[in-house]
Amino acid sequence: MNKIAALIVTLIVGGVLFYSTAFFPKWGDPKQPASIHVSPRYIEMTLAETKVPNAVTSVLADYRGYDTMFETSVIFTAGIAVMMLIRRSR
Amino acid sequence: MTDFIVSKYNYWIYVLLIMIGFYGMMAKNNLMKKLIGMNIFQWSIILFYISIGSKKGGSVPVVDPSLHPAIRALDYVNPLPHVLMLTAIVVGVATTGIALTLLILIYRKYGTLEEDEILEALKK
Amino acid sequence: MVKDLEDVVIRTVSRILIPFIQIYGLYVFVHGHGSPGGGFQGGCIVAASFILLAVAFNLRESKRRLKERTNAIFCALGVFIYAGTGYLSFLYSGNFLDYGQLSNLFPTDPIKARYYGMAMIELGVQITVMAVMVSIFLDLITAGKHEKTLEEDGK
Repeated sequence: MNKIAALIVTLIVGGVLFYSTAFFPKWGDPKQPASIHVSPRYIEMTLAETKVPNAVTSVLADYRGYDTMFETSVIFTAGIAVMMLIRRSR
Repeated sequence: MTDFIVSKYNYWIYVLLIMIGFYGMMAKNNLMKKLIGMNIFQWSIILFYISIGSKKGGSVPVVDPSLHPAIRALDYVNPLPHVLMLTAIVVGVATTGIALTLLILIYRKYGTLEEDEILEALKK
Repeated sequence: MVKDLEDVVIRTVSRILIPFIQIYGLYVFVHGHGSPGGGFQGGCIVAASFILLAVAFNLRESKRRLKERTNAIFCALGVFIYAGTGYLSFLYSGNFLDYGQLSNLFPTDPIKARYYGMAMIELGVQITVMAVMVSIFLDLITAGKHEKTLEEDGK
């Protein structure tokens, strides 16, 4: 009973998602909205402003360095949380 | 019609993976299988975002001035989804680690990992 | 008898391969500026070499090479290096994480100082990711009882 209800809900959600892919841009279109606002500026200026040819590293460590700092603290917190939860003192 | 299928079939594959992960999270009884369903869901979203940032005829986003004298954004794949998904992968690893730790604690206390037996033991 | 032969093959091969895996991880980290790679990727590869040591041999060997106290210090050292580089540009009246002000510290122009600032923070990220991956793995496979598992290994 539980499994049939789960199957129906999954099919409804899948149907809605399949219907909405008709409005997506084509795969590999250079003029889609994800590629025209700020990302051409990152690609064109990365060698002139910072002498790093790899666009992914320069965006990750320089243009968006604040996000990377908090993400490093997230993985540190996860390590500390596992340590605190599972070690029991005798 | 063929044009419609070829230009959009990557979105269909990822929607299929989302449906598989979603069904696994809801319908299975064992807690470990629910965790694997959540993991499949998470990875399919990451792959979906990376597939958005591709360009026809573009190459790896490492800028090479010897290819063309002026650097054009048309030759290179969009680097922004790659950067955001690096953070998402690390957050996924952290979530999976803590979820496995909680499963070990539940097993120590109740002796089982089936959901209905745990709910019965909670009612008493 | 087959189990003994299996052990010999796995142990010999991992004894040869583990230093090369670590050098490859360091290579991926250092070449993060010119080819695909960087801090996260290099850190995961170096962590994989320690996990291979714990899987092929017993737990005592892995603890002998990388002690638990050193591992815990590495967890915090990486975040400290990252935030410390951000604070260093406060001393020269710049914004937080503004690597152009580091040109007062290194003898280069402001554009090349951003290159060096990126290398420093990627080092912090690599150390933290490696230490946390090894720590989570060792905690999960012993289920918390580190000392008891070492005693049960005997010897």
